[in-house]
Amino acid sequence: MSFRLGVDVGGTFTDLLLINDDTGATYTAKVPSTPSDSSQGVLNGIEKICRTSGIDAREIRSVMHGTTVATNAILTQKGARVGLVTTQGYRQVLHIARSFVPGGLGGWVIFNKQPLLASLEHTVEAIERVSAKGEVVTELDEADIRGKLEQLRDAGIEALTVSLINAYASGVNEEKIAVIAAEVMPDIPVSLSSRVVPEMQEYERTETTVVNSFVRPEVSNYLDHLEHEIKARLADDVQLSILRSDGGLATCDSASYTPVNLLLSGPAGGVAGAIWFCSRGGFDKVLTFDVGGTSTDVALIENNSARLRRETRVGDVAVRAPSVDVRTVGAGGGSIAFVPELTRALRVGPDSAGAEPGPAAYNKGGEQPTVTDANVVLGYLPANQKLGGDMEIRRDLAEAAVQKVADGMGVSLKEAAEGIVRIANEHMFGALRLISVEQGYDPREFALCGFGGAGPLHANALGILMDAWPVIVPPSPGVLCAYGDATTRVKDEASRSLVKGFSKLDQAQVVEILESLTQQVNRSLEGQDIPRQDQTITWQADVRYQGQALLLTQDVEPDELKSKGLGVLQTAFDAEHQQLFSFSLDEEHELVNLRAIARAPRPNITEKEWTAEAEQLSDAVTGESPIYFDGQDHTATLYDREKLWPGHVIPGPAIVTEMDSTTVVFPGYQAEVDKVGNLLIEPVGHKGRE
Amino acid sequence: MPANIIQPNSTPLQRVDVDTVTLDIIENAMANARNEMDAVLIRTAMSPGIREQGDAFPMIANHDGKMVVGQFGSFITGFTESYGGTIEEGDIFLTNDPYMCDGAVSHLPDWLVLVPIFKDGRLINWSAMFGHMSDVGGKVPGSLPTDAQTIFEEGIRIPPVKIYKKGELNEDVLDLILHNVRMPRWNKSDFNAIVASCRTAAKRCIELANRFGDDVFTSALSMMLERNYIAMREIIRNVVPEEKRSFEDYICDDGAGLGPYTIRCTMWREGDKAIFDFEGTDPQAPSSVNFYLNEEMFKMFFGAFTINLFDPSILFNDGFYDLVEVNIPQGSILKPNFPAALSCRTHLLGRIFDVMGGLLGQGTPDAMSGAGFSDSPHFMYSGYDENNEWFQLFQIGFGGIPGRPVGDGPDGHSLWPGFTNVPNEFVEAYFPLRIETYETITDSGGAGLHRGGNGIRVGYRLLADGEISIHDDRWLTYPWGVNGGDPGQRSRKELIRANGERQMLPSKCDHVKVQAGDLVVFDTWGGGGWGNPLKREPQAVASDVRKGLVSVDGAKRYGVVLDATGTVDADATSALRAVMANSRDDSALFSRGGTIEEIKARCLEETGLPAPAMPVWKSGAGGRA
Repeated sequence: MSFRLGVDVGGTFTDLLLINDDTGATYTAKVPSTPSDSSQGVLNGIEKICRTSGIDAREIRSVMHGTTVATNAILTQKGARVGLVTTQGYRQVLHIARSFVPGGLGGWVIFNKQPLLASLEHTVEAIERVSAKGEVVTELDEADIRGKLEQLRDAGIEALTVSLINAYASGVNEEKIAVIAAEVMPDIPVSLSSRVVPEMQEYERTETTVVNSFVRPEVSNYLDHLEHEIKARLADDVQLSILRSDGGLATCDSASYTPVNLLLSGPAGGVAGAIWFCSRGGFDKVLTFDVGGTSTDVALIENNSARLRRETRVGDVAVRAPSVDVRTVGAGGGSIAFVPELTRALRVGPDSAGAEPGPAAYNKGGEQPTVTDANVVLGYLPANQKLGGDMEIRRDLAEAAVQKVADGMGVSLKEAAEGIVRIANEHMFGALRLISVEQGYDPREFALCGFGGAGPLHANALGILMDAWPVIVPPSPGVLCAYGDATTRVKDEASRSLVKGFSKLDQAQVVEILESLTQQVNRSLEGQDIPRQDQTITWQADVRYQGQALLLTQDVEPDELKSKGLGVLQTAFDAEHQQLFSFSLDEEHELVNLRAIARAPRPNITEKEWTAEAEQLSDAVTGESPIYFDGQDHTATLYDREKLWPGHVIPGPAIVTEMDSTTVVFPGYQAEVDKVGNLLIEPVGHKGRE
Repeated sequence: MPANIIQPNSTPLQRVDVDTVTLDIIENAMANARNEMDAVLIRTAMSPGIREQGDAFPMIANHDGKMVVGQFGSFITGFTESYGGTIEEGDIFLTNDPYMCDGAVSHLPDWLVLVPIFKDGRLINWSAMFGHMSDVGGKVPGSLPTDAQTIFEEGIRIPPVKIYKKGELNEDVLDLILHNVRMPRWNKSDFNAIVASCRTAAKRCIELANRFGDDVFTSALSMMLERNYIAMREIIRNVVPEEKRSFEDYICDDGAGLGPYTIRCTMWREGDKAIFDFEGTDPQAPSSVNFYLNEEMFKMFFGAFTINLFDPSILFNDGFYDLVEVNIPQGSILKPNFPAALSCRTHLLGRIFDVMGGLLGQGTPDAMSGAGFSDSPHFMYSGYDENNEWFQLFQIGFGGIPGRPVGDGPDGHSLWPGFTNVPNEFVEAYFPLRIETYETITDSGGAGLHRGGNGIRVGYRLLADGEISIHDDRWLTYPWGVNGGDPGQRSRKELIRANGERQMLPSKCDHVKVQAGDLVVFDTWGGGGWGNPLKREPQAVASDVRKGLVSVDGAKRYGVVLDATGTVDADATSALRAVMANSRDDSALFSRGGTIEEIKARCLEETGLPAPAMPVWKSGAGGRA
């Protein structure tokens, strides 16, 4: 027997999922997160899941982990004290921050800057210069920089970034400084911009490398400690992998060196989990939305893989690191509704009641009306429902809170509640449009997948807004991230900047570069015990019209590029440009970056078998509850999801409850359970129209 | 004669009731559509001015031409009233002539695209955008000749033309235009990007009308305009007093030897109506620094400026226009007579915001900020590179945000929404130069309880022979401080030749010959300080010194004495502060660094440049009493 374990550490709970590779049997566990040292929660969870499943911990061969340690260090501004070395004349590159001021005309009147992640007091200049072509124009003054590094050491920095001008073209002086730093401060981790993100644009490259330094000590301490403890309790040769923002798995070592690649590790796990369930249900084009307490994350899946982008954003911090193209909108269960006096408009979010004090209905001191409270008033979250097993919902408190909005707008309680939910849905709808319609995709060709604690509450409504069917609610939507962690596959990539017009390129040269990048990633995966013949290689090229700022990434199969030549890339680029922007140009194309990606095979996990004896649908009914929908009262039937079976069709109005989530099915809609246990919500009679 | 709008569907749009939730949803969707316009433009444009600096402004208007979302207010009504031809589905209009669109765009490099949006045979919306082209021909590369005397020298003038007629591109006209500019590739793709952006807005409007119904959608837009009317009526009652109040500020010179030019504005309220009168503003300049200020645009500046103080989350539009009246004397530097040159209007455009700040601030000093970085200084460099290919660089400079009620002014930032610098590595990769220095200037922000932001120093090492142009201001008059804050440091430009010779350059100049190896030191100015600097926390001053933003000497302007290790010497600080407090005069609201006469008298000595001569109205022309 061998087992794989997925572990997702969230803000409130640490979710675990254990899968038997041979039988497909799964076991889940939920334990409270331990924010002061999140490895403790992970270890508690491992202990619990082994105890409840009766499985020997030494049978677990691999642990896949999605972590928000890096993200939290940024959001709470509790990272390392970072020292920064820039080129002479550029000490203030982060301070000036490209001179950008957010907001509209007059926005500067109220704009206050966040503190820098590498303070000016800990920023020094190296006397050196490299040209845009990568030639050394001024040799590095080694004695000078040694003295300055000693000052930084004495000032107590905990991590060092070296980011010099034009280092994307040549990192030679950065490497020299790294050598000196290793002598001056041997215990301080050093991040070089030419290694972390060898791309043009000094501000973005510096910021990205500084973010890497900022989170690095915390992440590597955490991972070292976790790896040590896991090996002590599980088998000695257990493999610990960390989920990167781009949905690939990284070894512990590589995650520790470039933790800037882990910032969206958590959301990437959710998307991977959605891919797992949707693909097995037969859906390969899916829009996902993950509704949490303060925000909603959305992503687009095509051909069973998530769209990626080359930028990652966490709060106010934006870095150049590849990530699953997850867009976040500040609307979640805890988003607060209010009616400003001046305009008397109904606003929802972005302020959130968070976990503390939380929605009024949770009776933890919150008094402001939230989206969750509106869902309670509408009956979508029945008051007899227990959240996460033990939290009680107080309908009276929710009503008192929502009444404030009703009074402000001069409408009835239920109308106000429906208004709040509609506005929240609209924010989520806006985010889903951003990744679909605005990228040239027709959402009607996609299925929707809602997960996270509150996603299934809004799933039916978003299906109506998007006209995208079916709406899929996967099993255990609250622990989907752990599923993603456990089922994702190992992946690595290597890239090189070129920035050359197509007329100045020849095919042989491009293929040669890609072959050498391929060698690099082949070796990397071999180092993780994945033989070369099992690896799948994809090549990518980032293309634009010469002069543009955008990059459109073109996938190309190695054989196709070799047989058809570079024209393949140009044609594909023109077509995508036309799709996105309604025009293409008769201009020189520019090849900016080349990339090779190696992927391991998908994990071979046997399908769960449903026992032959299906239960009756009526056995799953647990009662009735009133709901309010589209201006009218209805009576919804309540179902226990544990007792639903493939083939069951639940007519709306209905509410399906399970340990960590609640799904609403509106009148005129139905939910069918598919062969892998997904709930598929559709308008009644929709199937016949396809 | 007004334009003839051809609408095959003659059913009028009905005003219907819209519930507030639907209204809020439509408001949100319109804001998203506008953001999408920006995104499409920045991703597909090619000139660094638009794609990196974001020098372009989108707008969506309702079927009457009233701006529902956008920044600079609507010019559609002015256009439809003066355009003599027909307007049909599929038409797209292009113009760049300020005199033909009542100042909707204010110089020739700004190309304005207008798209009427039709649905089922009816006009339901307009989308529009203007963007700054890197070149539109004329007498200098970059098309911003300081010494132009008429608009004919400033590039190709495009009257409102149907660049698309019923969906068909008028290629002959486009070719003719592109034939007259120095970087046709950039203009062409930027034009395409602007059109694509406007079409995106059109698509979104039609989708919304389909989703909610034409009547609900258009009624909701009207209600959004009314929301602004009601909100602004409150604000006007709050911030505009009934008694008259005046404020003056200046641009330092016109690049032709005259200056400073006074901009004078008087403000008062009659009932709910705010009145702004520019009587007393100086006459138009013989050079190109004139600013053809559209009255409606000024209303927008006023609204945007004040609404940020009260409700920054409102979706701002021009529904409040009837509440504001603006009078600008004909023949003044803000309303010059055709064919006055206009290309270098950026200094006055920026200074208008300082005038507004000073004017409104007198009534509510606590809510007032110091003089800001009210300009977009330009640096232009052109010539032939080592491959004998033409290059043309256009850079916008940034400077010090003033001290404000909410805190210190950021150092080296932009006063304009969405603007960013062009990355230096990008500039170095595509142009023959190296940027050796890119930092804010120590001590250049005005001292204050809240410090003014520092200006920026950019050191351009030029690697090819060619020509440079510089357009800046505030080299003579100071960015004023308020409520006891000191003025910021003025701008300066110096050329250091490869052989070591040094030369002060005027704030405004063209055709300066340069050679490979020369260094241009481009210093912008600092923001004015806010509040008494002696009240600033000494530790905050010490922190600024450690960061290199204030010097040990500069700390003394705050009455703060630091020892050799940078630690505050508490005793020496109290002693110095006591002495300084005695000699302070805290009666004046504004600190301008002296009268114009005093500043001029010190000019040559302090700046290395001669003082300009005073501009005067010709006899009989309006304006000055």
